[in-house]
Amino acid sequence: MLNQYALHHAWAIPLLPAVAFVVIGFFLRAKHRLAAVVAIAMSTVSFILALGVGYETITQSITVEHPFIERIPWVAISGLSIDMGVYIDPMAAMMLVIVTLVSLMVQLYSIGYMQGEDGFGRFFAYLSLFASAMLGMIIAVNFVQLFVFWELVGLCSYLLIGYYFHKVSAREAAKKAFITTRIGDFGLLLGILFLQILFDTLDFQQLGILVPTYVSQYGTQTLTVVALLIFAGPLAKSGQFPLHVWLPDAMEGPTPVSALIHAATMVVAGVYLVARAFFLFSILPGAMEVVAWVGAITACFAATIAFTQQDLKRILAYSTVSQLGYMMLALGVGSVTASMFHLMTHAFFKALMFLAAGAVIHGLHNKNNIFEMGGLRHKMPVTFAAMTIGVLAISGIPPFAGFFSKDEILLAVSHVSTPLYVIAVVTSFMTAFYMARLLFVVFFGFEKPENHPHEAPISMKIPLIVLSILAIVGGYIPYTYHFGDWVRFGAPSHEELNWGIAATSTLLSITAMMLAWVLYGSRLVSPDRLAARFAALYQMSYHKYYIDELYLWFNHTIIDGIGKVLYWIDIYIVDGIVNGLAKLIYRLGDEFRQLQTGQVQQYGVVLFGTIVLVVAWLVGGAY
Amino acid sequence: MIGLVHYLLVAAMLFVIGLYGVLTKRNIVAILMSIELMLNAVNINLVAFSRFINPELLLGQAFVVFTITVAAAEVAVGLALVFRVYHDHDTVHIDKLNGMRW
Repeated sequence: MLNQYALHHAWAIPLLPAVAFVVIGFFLRAKHRLAAVVAIAMSTVSFILALGVGYETITQSITVEHPFIERIPWVAISGLSIDMGVYIDPMAAMMLVIVTLVSLMVQLYSIGYMQGEDGFGRFFAYLSLFASAMLGMIIAVNFVQLFVFWELVGLCSYLLIGYYFHKVSAREAAKKAFITTRIGDFGLLLGILFLQILFDTLDFQQLGILVPTYVSQYGTQTLTVVALLIFAGPLAKSGQFPLHVWLPDAMEGPTPVSALIHAATMVVAGVYLVARAFFLFSILPGAMEVVAWVGAITACFAATIAFTQQDLKRILAYSTVSQLGYMMLALGVGSVTASMFHLMTHAFFKALMFLAAGAVIHGLHNKNNIFEMGGLRHKMPVTFAAMTIGVLAISGIPPFAGFFSKDEILLAVSHVSTPLYVIAVVTSFMTAFYMARLLFVVFFGFEKPENHPHEAPISMKIPLIVLSILAIVGGYIPYTYHFGDWVRFGAPSHEELNWGIAATSTLLSITAMMLAWVLYGSRLVSPDRLAARFAALYQMSYHKYYIDELYLWFNHTIIDGIGKVLYWIDIYIVDGIVNGLAKLIYRLGDEFRQLQTGQVQQYGVVLFGTIVLVVAWLVGGAY
Repeated sequence: MIGLVHYLLVAAMLFVIGLYGVLTKRNIVAILMSIELMLNAVNINLVAFSRFINPELLLGQAFVVFTITVAAAEVAVGLALVFRVYHDHDTVHIDKLNGMRW
């Protein structure tokens, strides 16, 4: 069946980068050129295969109802049988293309960005491993396979954030990322175990049939708990409030890492999981509400923090948290289409912006604070163009990509809940504002005399150009070609854009950008005086609402406190019982040995007395 | 008339006297003599039972011949041991022989 070649060989898509990881990791770490060649070669082949999968998904009519599934038994013992395999539906095909494309772009970019680093080979090995893990997760057929690769993705994040392991801050950030996501993974694992207990299977296809039957018989209570437990995983991994704290710190990693993992791919793993498990979530209104509100709160909350941040990558990090909130919100109101659409456009424009930011940082020799930059549009025109396109896309200005996806979300939310819609619209206003602020402060105004920026090399420019093109057309094209028919859950959505909603949000975004110009472009109003007037709000925003401090306090006072109490119990009570028993035996022995007096006649008395007693008992028993 | 009970009582009294001697006498030789007393009490018991249950069979009397022999042999060994003890510890006072204590 040559017309299904790519589908039948989809298992190779995660495998090739894994091979690259092994080859580079073991043999090529010192040979930089060869390492890069191997990694990029494998990534390219994966990308071509993924394109093939996408093409065949359309031509072979692989839909949500008729996915392409291939399974191999992996664990088959009595009472438990788990397979590994390939599950392709339009959503998976879309993700495969996005991940392989962005991964390839980032690897190309890294040739220029990481040049001269000692750990060049190690970097490409880890990037390949990450790509492999993410792709393996996308094609997972059941929760087990998904969880295995989910954990692997988390590991890669740890390795890559801690890439500059000589720096204490990088090591701490890597630990923070891993531990915070681990908390979510705990809930996820519990949820998976519950599903296994309830349904005796973890296969997506089978659960898709069993779960609705269960709910119609027994109601939603038990499964809502299970769904919320499962949601803990995406909550941590996709940086939802309150477990978002690791994402801004993850900017300690090199910028290509931030672009790939913490913007376009890994953090959307959580969104993907909820979409994959939508058969479970969509029939549990309680769980959906939680998902929607968590998403909305995250979106708004992160946007308010991004207002005042001064580190270039941190602004982008909080922007990512905010956009992830949008994706969760879209899922929570029931629209897988809108969420996935935004996932796609976000991957393009956020990766674009991170790579552009990397070009700026690289060009200024590792400066991060935007207020130490300025007027860069003259010396770095390509980077400037790229960043501008990204900012316009994220602000939802038509016809850029973000306009279509964001308005799909706003449309879906407006059908379900007005408070959520208001939050979403306010957040989009703030998004436009702080992104424009970034643009104006970094690229406009006067150049600082101590800066000597140089434009990015060609290896960094090509990915910028490719992603810019995608950020421009990546919304319009899927919209016109009926994205909603393919990537969906349930009935296809043929909704036309509501021009009322679209117009309002575009106007608001433009207003926000003009406001940003007034404050940061033309300096008509001084932002410092504004900050002084609203000092309390400014401080809260700048210090991220002191959540990190809160968590630290909680850990030191409460967790360590409990630890101290338990330690005391262990030393004094548990050890006390064990040692006490030993001492008791010792003292008993001490008393009993004194019976051995060595006096024969005493022994005789005891002996004869016992004989009398025994005889009396035996004779008495006869009566 | 003189019945079985009387013989048994005599044997019992002898036994108890012997027991008292074993448990209270200080001199090892005196303890040995008391043990002999207990053995003889048992002999009387055996002969009495034999006489009153089946006098023709002489079962008890035959058994008593054995026990007397054993008692004699045991006294020989016991006195030899007493000699040894006296040679090593220079005393026959049993309270002084408590080496096997804690």
